[in-house]
Amino acid sequence: MFINKLKNFGLIAGLTVMASPAMAEVPGETAFIFNTLLFLIMGAFVMWMAAGFAMLESGMVRSKNVATICVKNVALFAIAGILYYVVGYNLMYSGVDAGFIGEFSMWSPDDSAYLGETPDFGEGDTYAAGSDWFFQMVFVATAASIVSGTLAERIKLWPFLGFVALLTAIIYPIQGSWTWGGGWLSEMGFADFAGSTIVHSVGGWAALTGALILGARSGRYTSAGAPVAMPGSSMPLATLGTFILWLGWFGFNGGSQLALGSAENAIAISQIFINTNLAAAGGVVAAMIASQMVYKKVDLTLALNGAIGGLVSITAEPLAPTGGLAILIGAVGGLLIVFSVTVLDRFKIDDVVGAIPAHLVCGIWGTLAVVLSNGEASLVTQLIGIASVGAFVVVTSSIGWLVLKVVVGIRASEEEELLGLDKSELGIEAYPEFSRS
Amino acid sequence: MKLIIAIVKPFKLDAVREALTAAGVDGMTASEAKGFGRQKGQTEIYRGAEYEVNFLPKVRLEIVLDDDKVEAACEAIRSAANSEKIGDGKIFVLSVEEAIRIRTGETGAAAI
Repeated sequence: MFINKLKNFGLIAGLTVMASPAMAEVPGETAFIFNTLLFLIMGAFVMWMAAGFAMLESGMVRSKNVATICVKNVALFAIAGILYYVVGYNLMYSGVDAGFIGEFSMWSPDDSAYLGETPDFGEGDTYAAGSDWFFQMVFVATAASIVSGTLAERIKLWPFLGFVALLTAIIYPIQGSWTWGGGWLSEMGFADFAGSTIVHSVGGWAALTGALILGARSGRYTSAGAPVAMPGSSMPLATLGTFILWLGWFGFNGGSQLALGSAENAIAISQIFINTNLAAAGGVVAAMIASQMVYKKVDLTLALNGAIGGLVSITAEPLAPTGGLAILIGAVGGLLIVFSVTVLDRFKIDDVVGAIPAHLVCGIWGTLAVVLSNGEASLVTQLIGIASVGAFVVVTSSIGWLVLKVVVGIRASEEEELLGLDKSELGIEAYPEFSRS
Repeated sequence: MKLIIAIVKPFKLDAVREALTAAGVDGMTASEAKGFGRQKGQTEIYRGAEYEVNFLPKVRLEIVLDDDKVEAACEAIRSAANSEKIGDGKIFVLSVEEAIRIRTGETGAAAI
């Protein structure tokens, strides 16, 4: 500020000239290295979110289904990683050209421009091709993780993994190509910085259609329609899982700046970290207050969902908001969680971990909230993006679920469900030495 | 000889043990138990859905002792386990026909 004042008086013209070399771009190769490091490190953080989902879901299911949910989480991460290599990445990023779909081909890295005698590092916006593949791969795994929590405790293992294959190889990449792959939605100006819609709502829509087609857990609702509580097996694990997700989210949103080769980008990523944290904090506090007011008690699981809801809400635009607005956006997400849990129960939609409120409802809210701080975004375009991605995922997911239901069946029998999927599906228990009353 | 069966709140176990030891009781058996009384358990809430916990955790104490110690023992349990709140538990006193120490074969009062 002091320097600005001096500039106004024209007193330090010399200093201004001296300051400009500090603003100069770093050498292209240096920017290339920093950008690549950003993708690799932030991507590894996002990969760890798979552990967060696994622990959150393990804590929220009953102990007789914990080993099964662990298998689903490790398996879906593996399947997503393979299929995104084989078909997903190129379907999302290769040859979209403002259209609706990329190419059906296997991904392979092309780093030839950066090697050899005369490497070309562009305008400081280049990175190793493999680092980008890795960073995008961990996002698709996140979308798949969302589905497993909602459908836990009653879906059969292999049909679930069949759906994960469809989601990660086809559904996610196609809708992702519309925006991040340079397709028609990006041409319209649809703004979704790190994926409130593209990652979280997509997982949420797939979970919602799955929950509707699969049905609620046995005994989850009385014949009169009242919800019956089925408390999860471990609140400490659910809390650990939420903290892991919170940590991973710094990679999710921070890495989505896509570049770290300049002071401008470094400052932006720092702001994204701050806003991401503030939104999560706002979500927790709001969900706790709402829970206390509505139920006269603080429900830990709603507070944990509140953190996720706040994080999802800020994901569509974590850079532009002020800190105060970030808190507010997260807090609205936290409130939406508490109320949409009740609404889902009213319609007998059984969501074991609260993934639909956190990822779908807050994903929609976060995508709309972009217009509060990003002057280039329009409400109409945001609505078009939300609706078109939603319609596409609902239709394709429904087809997938219904085909699986008719061909192989997706639901464990009532007997298997009462016994617990750990015994009926795996023949292994999460806690074989614990007695159960 | 009498058998005292006392159902108390789990977190009162140590206080009851100390009071009984002070009242001259030499041994006891404690086991985890679940039960309900007139209050019929309690209502909890999880993610907006209420559920009944009908069987609340309790500790069940069993003490065999001479007739002349029963009154003091019951008073010790009652004062130590009393929180003046619902669910503090019950004390039952039963007659015991015989007691045998397994190691020595002693019987009656000498066995307890």
